[in-house]
Amino acid sequence: MTTPEENNAHLSNSITGPTRLTGAEIIWATLVGEGVDTVFGYPGGAILPAYDALRKFPIHHVLVRHEQGASHMADGYARASGKVGVAIATSGPGATNLVTGIATAMLDSIPMVCITGQVSSKVLGSDAFQEVDITGITLPVTKHNFLVTRPEDIAPAIRSAFQIAKSGRPGPVLVDITKDAQQASATFDFAAAKPRPYNPHPMLSVVDSGLKDAAALIRASKRPVILAGHGIMQSNAGEQVRTLAERMQIPVGTTLLGLGSFPASHPLNLGMMGMHGESWVNDSIQQADLLIACGMRFDDRVIGTPATYALNAKKIHIDIDPAEINKNVKADVALVGDLRQVLEQLLPLLPGRDGSAWLNQIAASKGDAAVRDIKNLPDSGHLYAAHVMHDLWRITEGRAIVATDVGQHQMWQAQYYRHDHPRTLITSGGLGTMGFALPAAIGAKFASPDREVWCIAGDGGFQMTACELATIVQEKLNVNIAIINNGYLGMVRQWQEFFYDKNYESTPLVSPDFVKLADAHGIPGLAVRDRGDLEAAVQTARGHQGPFLLNFLVEQEDSVYPMIPAGAALHEMIRRPGSNASHNPLLERPEDQ
Amino acid sequence: MLHTFVAYVEDKPGVLTRVASLFRRLNINIVSLTVGHSERPGQSRMTIVADAPSNAGGQAGDRIRASMYKLDDVVEVDDIGRSPSVTRELALIKVAATAANRSHIFELVEVFRARIVDLAPDSLMIEITGVESKIEGLIQVLNETEERVLEVCRSGKMTMRRGKHSTGVLRAMGINGPEPPKPEAVQDNFADNI
Ligand SMILES: Cc1cc2nc3c(=O)[nH]c(=O)nc-3n(C[C@H](O)[C@H](O)[C@H](O)COP(=O)(O)OP(=O)(O)OC[C@H]3O[C@@H](n4cnc5c(N)ncnc54)[C@H](O)[C@@H]3O)c2cc1C
Ligand SMILES: Cc1ncc(C[n+]2csc(CCOP(=O)(O)OP(=O)(O)O)c2C)c(N)n1
Ligand SMILES: [Mg+2]
Repeated sequence: MTTPEENNAHLSNSITGPTRLTGAEIIWATLVGEGVDTVFGYPGGAILPAYDALRKFPIHHVLVRHEQGASHMADGYARASGKVGVAIATSGPGATNLVTGIATAMLDSIPMVCITGQVSSKVLGSDAFQEVDITGITLPVTKHNFLVTRPEDIAPAIRSAFQIAKSGRPGPVLVDITKDAQQASATFDFAAAKPRPYNPHPMLSVVDSGLKDAAALIRASKRPVILAGHGIMQSNAGEQVRTLAERMQIPVGTTLLGLGSFPASHPLNLGMMGMHGESWVNDSIQQADLLIACGMRFDDRVIGTPATYALNAKKIHIDIDPAEINKNVKADVALVGDLRQVLEQLLPLLPGRDGSAWLNQIAASKGDAAVRDIKNLPDSGHLYAAHVMHDLWRITEGRAIVATDVGQHQMWQAQYYRHDHPRTLITSGGLGTMGFALPAAIGAKFASPDREVWCIAGDGGFQMTACELATIVQEKLNVNIAIINNGYLGMVRQWQEFFYDKNYESTPLVSPDFVKLADAHGIPGLAVRDRGDLEAAVQTARGHQGPFLLNFLVEQEDSVYPMIPAGAALHEMIRRPGSNASHNPLLERPEDQ
Repeated sequence: MLHTFVAYVEDKPGVLTRVASLFRRLNINIVSLTVGHSERPGQSRMTIVADAPSNAGGQAGDRIRASMYKLDDVVEVDDIGRSPSVTRELALIKVAATAANRSHIFELVEVFRARIVDLAPDSLMIEITGVESKIEGLIQVLNETEERVLEVCRSGKMTMRRGKHSTGVLRAMGINGPEPPKPEAVQDNFADNI
């Protein structure tokens, strides 16, 4: 935070109308105009003019340790806040290091603007030092990108980038700015640099007949299920979805990215669908006569195979992106548009309905599947990852923002940490990017400094971006870290167990002593081996002012259940081992089911 | 299955790459692509003929069109489908021919309503416009005769929807009625406002 005196020194305060500035200054002035106060970046030659001008502007720059961290932090910031995250890097290797984070944001439709320095326009195309064609490289993983070679084009490009990033279906945008454009001067006029108004997609239209057809299908259905996706968060339609569910008494299944969009503790909430979703959610979908997809894209992890998916159900697909309609699953009624607006038009056509028969049927079908859970893990005091998630949820009262990495722990988090609030789960769904958790948690903490933030990572993925521990320390951030240490690249080991004859090739993992690693950064930590120590350790971490690392040494060869094997139908899932206490989940194999 | 799209795009560097890259990403082969200035200042017009795998279902055209609209530089996309339209392709064909055997080619050119646009001692160049099958017909006939085809340069298809004709005119032109009816609303309620 800057003091008022410092603020006065900011150049941006003296910019009221058109002002002559260098391109470097224009970059920051435009960001300030777009409401940015925090950026994540790493300097280098081609972006140095911009860094030189930074001190004149009220923007906090977070120095990352690897540019992948910058793009994941901007992403985590955006997911937690709903605002556009900003990452900055130099040309060449700085820019290419951003790419994994950009692709991660693209697959999950996260609004993000990346600014990269580029070699001088005079040497573009000459294989100059640290020159890469980053607009070419990122073309398929950005919503749009710009190469800017003149100072007067900087403000319009950055303003368009913000508009494109957050409009319609959100996504990342990259602005590549040559060094000479940063050094030269131009007249900066924020208002005049306004992009042309956003035109909704010309194929975007909700026809009245579509609404009527949808309402008729909903009224007539006997076994409807709402599929709640990430789009609910992005359209801020949680309330409307809840009204739809409550008024029409329709049960709700959520996607991984939809967790939190509908309260987990709501009586109509079934839980997560898909590959590692609960059996009764997937079974309900297979038995349903109507699916109402709200801002979800029928990902292949959600549908198993298109040929076997919900064959008895009509589908109403509400999505802002017409290219998602009929992509994986054919829609009977497609309502293309912003979910919130569509539901606001649809709800008046829906008077209410008695859904008890179907709800009772689902409750009955849960049977012992519902109790084949954490409570039935052998209670030998031994630590299972599920215990960690469950207790973390209980102790934080489900109020923390949790950023997870990718793998088994990610799925256990989804199953056992119950998200009642939107934007409390930050996870890479579409790209499944290991190394995401720690930087994303940092970004989330900047977005919500007053919230409790946990990074939950596997021992493998944590090591991909562990360098950002130093960023946490430099920024004095209060982020808690839980490593689910199973000594394996666990999710891959599970596939080897199920589908490759337990050939554990290249999945056992030697790791540093994570508590010592934290200690080397000046971050305190604890190793936890027994369930009995779990709660005290979590409370120690929460009570500590500043970051804290917990190294949970969990059961090594544990598997995530249920699981739909690749190519199988939803109802053919590998179920959780039975509630027989003598049954050892470690020896469970698909044939045993 | 072949799909023909007509797109208006911003006339800026890199736009062709963006459009081409989209088809590559969707794993759809571009059969032909023509670009040139349009009647709109600052916008180019493209005709793209693409071969979408049949497993993409009948909806492939809609998906491609919707995906093209997601590109920031794409202004308008029309899926010509089977609607009444005029399609032309231009080809330049160079054939080895001497004074001794030229006359035979002249005859062929006459039959195909093509033109000779260059004449050299040992070769000549034919210009032909028409639909694809007509051009292919000429090339085939040339190949079947003694003459050697030295070079072929084809523009790719250019397509334009026909104007609004009365049904009678359409029938006279051998086209059945007005545009085929749109698929029923349940299947496709995209606004076809172009
Ligand atoms: C190891 C692993 C296992 C996984 N297992 C599962 C699993 O078991 N179950 C599961 O569900 N997922 C699972 N996933 C995640 C999966 O890959 C997808 O990322 C996820 O299913 C996508 O959820 P979504 O469709 O809700 O979100 P997104 O992919 O973000 O799609 C959101 C949709 O909402 C639309 N939208 C955006 N804004 C709006 C708006 N304003 N109005 C209307 N629509 C809008 C978008 O156009 C898009 O179609 C797993 C991932 C990993 C890495
Ligand atoms: C960058 C990257 N590389 C490889 C993978 C493939 N992959 C998915 S899960 C996984 C194992 C993750 O191991 P760990 O981080 O220890 O988590 P665990 O599954 O054990 O909880 C791997 C290698 C990936 N998702 N991302
Ligand atoms: Mg592991």
